[in-house]
Amino acid sequence: MKYQSQKVAYAYFLVAMALFGIQVLGGLLAGWIYVAPNTLSEVLPFNVVRMIHTNALIVWLLLGFFGAAYYLVPEESEREIFSVKLAYIQLAILVIGTLGAVVSYLAGIHGGREFLEQPLWVKFGILVAAVIFLVNVSLTFLAGRKTAVTNILMMGLWLLCLLWVFAFINPDNLSLDKMYWWMVVHLWVEATWELVMAAILGFLMLKLTGVDREVIEKWLYVIVATALFSGILGTGHHFYWIGTPGYWQWIGSIFSTFEVVPFFAMMSFAFVMVWKGRKNHPNKAALLWSLGSSTVAFFGAGVWGFLHTLHGVNFYTHGTQITAAHGHLAFYGAYVALNLAMFSYAMPVLRNRAPYNQVLNMASFWLMTGGMAFMTFTLTFAGTIQTHMQRIVGDYYMDVQDQLGLFYLMRFGSGVAVVLGALLFIYSMLAVRREVIKPGPVAVPGE
Amino acid sequence: MSEILTKSRARNVFYGGSIFFVLVFVALTAQSHRHITQTATAGMELTDEVRHGKHVWERHSCINCHTLHGEGAYFAPELGNVMTRWGAAEDPELAYEILDGWMKAQPSGIEGRRQMPFFEITDEEMRALAEFLRWADQTDTQGWPPNDAG
Repeated sequence: MKYQSQKVAYAYFLVAMALFGIQVLGGLLAGWIYVAPNTLSEVLPFNVVRMIHTNALIVWLLLGFFGAAYYLVPEESEREIFSVKLAYIQLAILVIGTLGAVVSYLAGIHGGREFLEQPLWVKFGILVAAVIFLVNVSLTFLAGRKTAVTNILMMGLWLLCLLWVFAFINPDNLSLDKMYWWMVVHLWVEATWELVMAAILGFLMLKLTGVDREVIEKWLYVIVATALFSGILGTGHHFYWIGTPGYWQWIGSIFSTFEVVPFFAMMSFAFVMVWKGRKNHPNKAALLWSLGSSTVAFFGAGVWGFLHTLHGVNFYTHGTQITAAHGHLAFYGAYVALNLAMFSYAMPVLRNRAPYNQVLNMASFWLMTGGMAFMTFTLTFAGTIQTHMQRIVGDYYMDVQDQLGLFYLMRFGSGVAVVLGALLFIYSMLAVRREVIKPGPVAVPGE
Repeated sequence: MSEILTKSRARNVFYGGSIFFVLVFVALTAQSHRHITQTATAGMELTDEVRHGKHVWERHSCINCHTLHGEGAYFAPELGNVMTRWGAAEDPELAYEILDGWMKAQPSGIEGRRQMPFFEITDEEMRALAEFLRWADQTDTQGWPPNDAG
């Protein structure tokens, strides 16, 4: 750790990992309710379980981003964070808000816009925390060295915080409500979060591969350009069937097809940098997560997104298990795995020791990634059958669902693997202090 | 390639292009806003009762089991065309009666069947909810869903 104030990232990562645990356990319960629908149906109905599952995910990913920013901005700007105290106050507000939201969900108090169910006071809390964060990192950023990594990171973070304003705009007209709702939801995950992802990935590549900064930064600008050029008008793929004009079918189909490009570029970028880099960095787990994240993001967000993004296909698949399959793998690859890459890289530094438990960490990668891949396949098969029976043949929803039991059972099984992987990851970050396997001797690089 | 595409050129393309696409997007959004209010949802008046119904819909977080115009959770049936499915799209009284009967029969308690919770909803709220679903049903959604099954 070059700067003392980077230490705040540690607190952010700890809270993020705790919420990660809650998120996957919530998901496991929701998956079980698909298998055995009477489970807890009177005490804890499915809609509440799902709210906890999705909200915990969003909050922990954001905490991971905030922590990553507090970790990398000092190092890139070459100075201490403007105020460590503000960073902790921001975290405290977010923790109180999160706990408040969970308690009120359990008590049946919540909003009704998907993912934005937080009570109003929590939404304001998030706004205040976002402002504190922006002030804190911006002042650090402005006073110090400016790099492409921090430029892009700051731009992504500013825009995503500004877009939060749409969380407060809820028109009475349902179609308007839906259109503005996407300004948070789509423009977060398919635009501004991609900037944050690219910046963090660029930082990790700088540290892990030792490739020249000029090369990495040029790549980064190209990647984020393709992300925003495709992602902004790509919002149109959500405007096919909600009361918006018909021209979105073409704009959405064309531009969202190009949304594959930034993910392909990020994957190529990561592999090319590792190939070019001559550094033999000891943190192999962080490298695995970085490569894994960009690869799974390409498949989950890119390939599985394209699978149902053309309007002629989406007409039949919209709102089926196909969407669920895509959503799970895209979030896992692009944002979950990226955050875990950052945790894997930064935690040993923050705890002031060599990377440890790498074998356990890498095992958790394969357990989680294997589980998520299997989950995606089962949901894709379920979605294909559902699309055919319900949308083509015209059978009723519940009759179709009754035919999909086997897939939901397999999905639950894959969820067990993911949960085990997540717990193993957290354990490897926090608990054990010795390598399970002794590393081999370092080979002399050369011809 | 590396001489033509320098870092500063790449950066300028990124900033310039992004501003261009944001402007196009804002213009199209403004036009879409107009289209929604003037055309797509103009088939039925947005009354206070419909507004009230939307609040009832939101307070009970229906979206975290059902889809509405295909968006939401995938645990329970699509509701954007539920009134068409029930043959009640043009009949407020019938819409209310079927909805009221359905919701008061929940949860079914049948073993192995997905359970819809029982919601404490007044008569007035139930009528508002029915009107909200009728209002959603008349939206011009470009022909989606493909059939009444939703």
